Amino acid sequence: MSGQILHEKVFFATAGMGRKVQGRALVAKDGFSARYDLDRSKGTFSRPEHKLAGESYVGRILVLDAAKGGVATAWMLHEMTARGVMPAALVLNAVNPIMVQGAALADFTMISGFEVDITQAIPNGAMVEVDPTAARPLIRVI
Amino acid sequence: MRAGELGPAVQWAIEHQIKVGQYLGARDFVGVSQAHVMADTESLGDAGVEWLERMAALPLAQRQVRIPTITDPRGTDFAAAHRLKQQPWMLDLERRAIAAFEALGVLMTDTCINYQTIMPPVLGEHVAYGDTGVVIYSNSVCGARSNFEGGPSALSAGLTGRTPRYGYHLDEHRKATLDVEVSFTPRELNDWGALGGIVGRLAGDYWQVPVISGIDRVPSSDEMKHFGAALASYGSVALFHMTEITPEVRRINTVVSFGQRMLRHKVGEADIRAFARLYVKDIEQVDLVVFSAPQLSLVEMREVAGLLDGRRASIPLLVVTSPQVKPDADRLGLTARIEAAGGTVLAGMCFYQSYAREMAEANGWKRLATNSAKLVNIIGGYGYKPALMSMAACIDAACVGGRIAS
Repeated sequence: MSGQILHEKVFFATAGMGRKVQGRALVAKDGFSARYDLDRSKGTFSRPEHKLAGESYVGRILVLDAAKGGVATAWMLHEMTARGVMPAALVLNAVNPIMVQGAALADFTMISGFEVDITQAIPNGAMVEVDPTAARPLIRVI
Repeated sequence: MRAGELGPAVQWAIEHQIKVGQYLGARDFVGVSQAHVMADTESLGDAGVEWLERMAALPLAQRQVRIPTITDPRGTDFAAAHRLKQQPWMLDLERRAIAAFEALGVLMTDTCINYQTIMPPVLGEHVAYGDTGVVIYSNSVCGARSNFEGGPSALSAGLTGRTPRYGYHLDEHRKATLDVEVSFTPRELNDWGALGGIVGRLAGDYWQVPVISGIDRVPSSDEMKHFGAALASYGSVALFHMTEITPEVRRINTVVSFGQRMLRHKVGEADIRAFARLYVKDIEQVDLVVFSAPQLSLVEMREVAGLLDGRRASIPLLVVTSPQVKPDADRLGLTARIEAAGGTVLAGMCFYQSYAREMAEANGWKRLATNSAKLVNIIGGYGYKPALMSMAACIDAACVGGRIAS
């Protein structure tokens, strides 16, 4: 499989922005929208139907399926970052432009686009490193 | 622009756009004729307003948008904020945001139905619109070309007059990717929303373009509005086609490449009923009724007024429209009829963009009935338990203390 060194648990993304970060992964085969899914004051997933409902996302590296919902996330990532109540990074199978625009404004770490389903590849709770500055942006299980 | 010769606001805007464009594979820019900016302070927060104020403090010549730039709904209706128990700090933040946007030359239209009330884009027009409902309607029904442009990016487009050329500015992304055959043409707006929600779930992400066949008549603008808003909300979808109806697809082969294979789905009335039941189960009574998301057209305002004539709402009934429709609703007596029946007409805001969590806590609201599938999809995250019902059923519930007819 090109681009995947499975025994080292490194997965390459097609695009990335932000700086290199490490943290514990919070993984679900579900979407991400700051407006729809989060209680941003508490730093938890709040939409009852979300697979991470009730979980804190603060400081976690979120590994999720696809960017969802509306345009508010573009402002909200900036607002969350300013208050320090935000994930450490976002790792997504598929982005929409809003997530990219929000990450760009907030100077937020995000990578996306994999040859595998990244929500199946990264174990929930694993310590991972996300490096969008590498020649090929990547996530690595430490 | 990048050298800063036009000032730091334009310099920031073009750098932001380059960063976004590079991530999404844009090769160049495309000129845009209009921008539409999400501007509510529940999204912006203190940090966003302070960021805007720094830009607004620049010299006049360095802080003016260069194309018509309008705004999405605010976080309040100042005239009715006390009735919603919104707090003074929310209104202060809104006033600061408005002052900053106005200093940038932005027109505070406060609407998510600009395609019905301000200046609908035309076939092939490149624009930079925020609000997913605005984008999907403009792309699909009008044939305009826009991606979802969040607040910072839409403002950037206003400042630079261009946007990165990726996604739905390009012909190749406007081809259908999934085929949805519908055997039931909805009649009620909530059913149009339910159909949008179902197709949105099937589509799943921003890069999918559903083509819908089997719709047996040309839907009205309000029906397209509810269908598109729900499709964009549930699926993050920005473009759909409807065979023999929307302008880019008079026939299905105009949006399907030769030899292209697509997943085919069938959706019928039973699916739409099942979708609505997902939300109404376990709710026998609601605390309030909300018509919002998108803001109501004048035609919808007339329908609400007609359904309320001679009756009295005994729980809060919020009817949210645009600042452009509201004066006509006033002039034509619709506002007076709705408010005489106990309703509250709000203008320039949208329910979920208006500190919905804080309003719930201040008013003791938990269970909400609406005919908007988009609102149903969003409002659960703010702690509400929503029910999706027809406009008539919502008003019936409002007039019997919130009880939902079984």
